[in-house]
Amino acid sequence: MATQHSRSAARLMMAPAVVLLLGWMLVPLTMTLWFSFRKYLPLRGGDLGWVGFDNYVRFVSSSSFWPSVQTTLVIVGGVLAITIVFGVLLALLLDQPMWGQGMVRILVIAPFFVMPTVSALVWKNMFMDSSNGLFAHLWRAFGAAPVEWLSQASLPSLILIVSWQWLPFATLILLTAVQSLDGEQLEASEMDGANPLQRFGYIILPHLSRAITIVVLIQTIFLLSIFAEIFVTTGGAFGTRTLTYLIFQRVLESQNVGLGSAGGIYAVILANIVAIFLMRIVGKNLDA
Amino acid sequence: MLSRKILGLTTALTLAAASGAFAETLTIATVNNGDMIRMQGLTDDFTAKTGHEVEWVTLEENVLRQRVTTDITTKGGAFDIMTIGMYETPIWGKNGWLVPLNDLSEQYDVDDLLPAMRAGLSHDGTLYAAPFYGESSMIMYRTDLMEKAGLEMPEEPTWEFIRKAAAAMTDRDNDINGICLRGKAGWGEGGAFITVTGNSFGARWFDEDWNPQFDQPEWKEALTFFVGMMNESGPAGYATNGFNENLSLFQQGKCGMWIDATVAASFVTNPEDSTVADKVGFALAPNKEGVSKKANWLWAWALAVPAGSQKVDAAKEFIEWATSREYIELVAAKEGWANVPPGARTSLYENDNYKDIPFAGMTLKSIKAADPQNPTEKPVPYVGIQFVAIPEFAGIATEVSQEFSAAYAGQQTVEEALAKAQALTNDAMEAAGYK
Repeated sequence: MATQHSRSAARLMMAPAVVLLLGWMLVPLTMTLWFSFRKYLPLRGGDLGWVGFDNYVRFVSSSSFWPSVQTTLVIVGGVLAITIVFGVLLALLLDQPMWGQGMVRILVIAPFFVMPTVSALVWKNMFMDSSNGLFAHLWRAFGAAPVEWLSQASLPSLILIVSWQWLPFATLILLTAVQSLDGEQLEASEMDGANPLQRFGYIILPHLSRAITIVVLIQTIFLLSIFAEIFVTTGGAFGTRTLTYLIFQRVLESQNVGLGSAGGIYAVILANIVAIFLMRIVGKNLDA
Repeated sequence: MLSRKILGLTTALTLAAASGAFAETLTIATVNNGDMIRMQGLTDDFTAKTGHEVEWVTLEENVLRQRVTTDITTKGGAFDIMTIGMYETPIWGKNGWLVPLNDLSEQYDVDDLLPAMRAGLSHDGTLYAAPFYGESSMIMYRTDLMEKAGLEMPEEPTWEFIRKAAAAMTDRDNDINGICLRGKAGWGEGGAFITVTGNSFGARWFDEDWNPQFDQPEWKEALTFFVGMMNESGPAGYATNGFNENLSLFQQGKCGMWIDATVAASFVTNPEDSTVADKVGFALAPNKEGVSKKANWLWAWALAVPAGSQKVDAAKEFIEWATSREYIELVAAKEGWANVPPGARTSLYENDNYKDIPFAGMTLKSIKAADPQNPTEKPVPYVGIQFVAIPEFAGIATEVSQEFSAAYAGQQTVEEALAKAQALTNDAMEAAGYK
């Protein structure tokens, strides 16, 4: 039982860390909030004064806003769907005893350690390039005209590139869950006459639900701020401009810090809405 | 005796202090292209002459732009000299962010700078950056394919001729595209090219009251023509091709024609890199028949001193060294005349050694045909040919070119792209307080 004194001492000793962490988060957030209410144009003389909610209204009423929110959600949703479906399948596959299992696992996980910029460049130049890329050669070998991946199927291509990077993460988490599955339970169900699909639907999938929840939560947080892959491959063209990318354009390309900051605050709000929504809907699994 | 010793010591100290004050270390931000890298290799010559040391910060073009823009707007003071272009110079000069270069030495001969370069790097007649090299755009074409098509390239072709020639040269079975042009989104990529194409069809970005003009018939005609010609004779996926992609296609022999920066001429005629080096001809950028402006731009990479620099004198000494006639001769002596920085000085084009270079004459003609003060057929309130020299332009043009690229890729119609371009330009101009 802690005494009054020891509790105070603990608080005192924790104080520097708490202050540092709060400052770490609060200073940039407060500055963003401050700038979002100001007309701040660095190339036109800097801070030109208070403008109230002008930046907020302008950001939302711009023709690029809703398409960018939609693009963000499509990318996040697409990547989540692919990584979870294939993550579960790969996890089940990797759980099977096989020759060179360790090596295979390392290979499957490898993409996660490739930097986003590098992987986007490799995909763009080596696979998806319409004249020199591997896919173009494959298509030609079968007598078909190469697909302009990044311009004509831009969103699916981006989802593919990002999914390739995040699939190892999902697989790893799900594999751990699969390995913790009770083998006797599966054997018992088999003896009771359950077919593989039933075993998957009634035993494996419910067992994986917590792991899936973790994958969804963590990936969503990172995917909402996806940037490098878009910057490298399409530069925001062909309907691939996410909210993060729009904010980058407003602040750095248009040199409008006020407008971009208002966008930043919207992004924080959006991220929180998504997080709360996820916690409510899927987070329930974590309590079980 | 003692006083003499003190006098001697004082003199020595003064001399040491004086020489110390003169020997500076300059930090220079620059772009990672061939000419600039070459300059870095020759810096010893500058150090030997002046005693000043130089530290380089070499960056990719887009990153350089962001770094120097951030540094200058926040008064960061990280650099003594910045490499900037024709877009930034007049805007920054107007804001008082650059040191005027109106007191360069007589030996430097500022009057030798090509008038178009000097004008593009000035604000209100004051030079704010010295051109290291300059460029316009022109047609580079395959003489063998032109002959095979039974056509002859005029020195000043029209767009109609170019379209006809492109269709005639196209040979899809052998992977030869009649024409390669930039379609990649970005204000300095496809944005620059479609702007000069617009100029050559009589279009303009803004009218005299800063109203965007994408709802005007000239833009529709220019964009429709461009998309039509590229669909007929352009490479697959041209919507994602920029300077580098087209350079590579041309060097591989996959393009009949290419309209782009004059500096590319030395790359496509270099037998070490280009498979078609001995079959390249040059012509002036085209225009629509009846329109006086051609689709050629004007650009310079130039050196400037940010205001507030503590080493202005040494920085100016460096700029004089790097953009002087002597520097050009230094490069010529070490690397040959084809590799000297082009397009900055009149005297280079009068030099007998340089006249023999196959692309020298057309480069000069193209530069001379560009007039940033009067870039379009109709009057405009802005300066700049492939850009509009206002701070908002880079942002607006990037978004406009994204809409255009989507039209090139067939994701939307020309009309849709123009309507969106009109709306977003209007929004941005309102936000910037023009309207």
